[in-house]
Amino acid sequence: MIKVEFLGPINKEAIEVDIKKLSDLKELFKDDKELQSWLEICAVAINDTLVDSLDIEVKDKDKISLLPPVCGG
Amino acid sequence: MSLELYEGSLPVEKILSRWYNDMKDKNYGAFIPFVGIVRDEDGISGLSFDIYEPILESWFKSWQEKAKKEGAYLLMAHSKGDVLNHTSSYISAVVSPQRKVALKLINDFVEDFKASAPIWKYDLIDGKRVYAKERSMVLKGAGLLK
Repeated sequence: MIKVEFLGPINKEAIEVDIKKLSDLKELFKDDKELQSWLEICAVAINDTLVDSLDIEVKDKDKISLLPPVCGG
Repeated sequence: MSLELYEGSLPVEKILSRWYNDMKDKNYGAFIPFVGIVRDEDGISGLSFDIYEPILESWFKSWQEKAKKEGAYLLMAHSKGDVLNHTSSYISAVVSPQRKVALKLINDFVEDFKASAPIWKYDLIDGKRVYAKERSMVLKGAGLLK
């Protein structure tokens, strides 16, 4: 299974999903209206590295993180 | 590595004094610290922070490598949790043999910190944490799953 964690203000418990590619996660989330507004502004990391393509394969025990807009300091 | 995270407000004097003492005999000619202080504005009692440490550490490490190429060294401290008005949540500093390198580096580093460090800010209003969404910046590649 692949862990999906929602960081910072999203305030949602992590979930586990069974997917093969990052694009499968987009498909999985498409009907989640509450999450949709976050997805528009969130960056995505796989195993703590930011990614910029949906065409990435994921495997068992990978971790996907959703990162909302940031403001340190 | 010199990335330090603290619960609550930073002990500014202690951190700056320790950094100065650690660096003063390393033959760097310039030590340029930046200290952020929480302002009393818009009815807030302070700020609060969440940090995603794995990506913060890799981001900081990449900056440390950039600094090393210029003969400089970076130091940074940040708070987690609540930080009340008129206390500090953020200190960064650059040491370098040359003042001009250090001044440019501290500016570039703090700018990228604002745009890239995985830290989330909340206003503390009536004891509640309110996400500072309007002041936040989307990370590179945001919207991939929309």
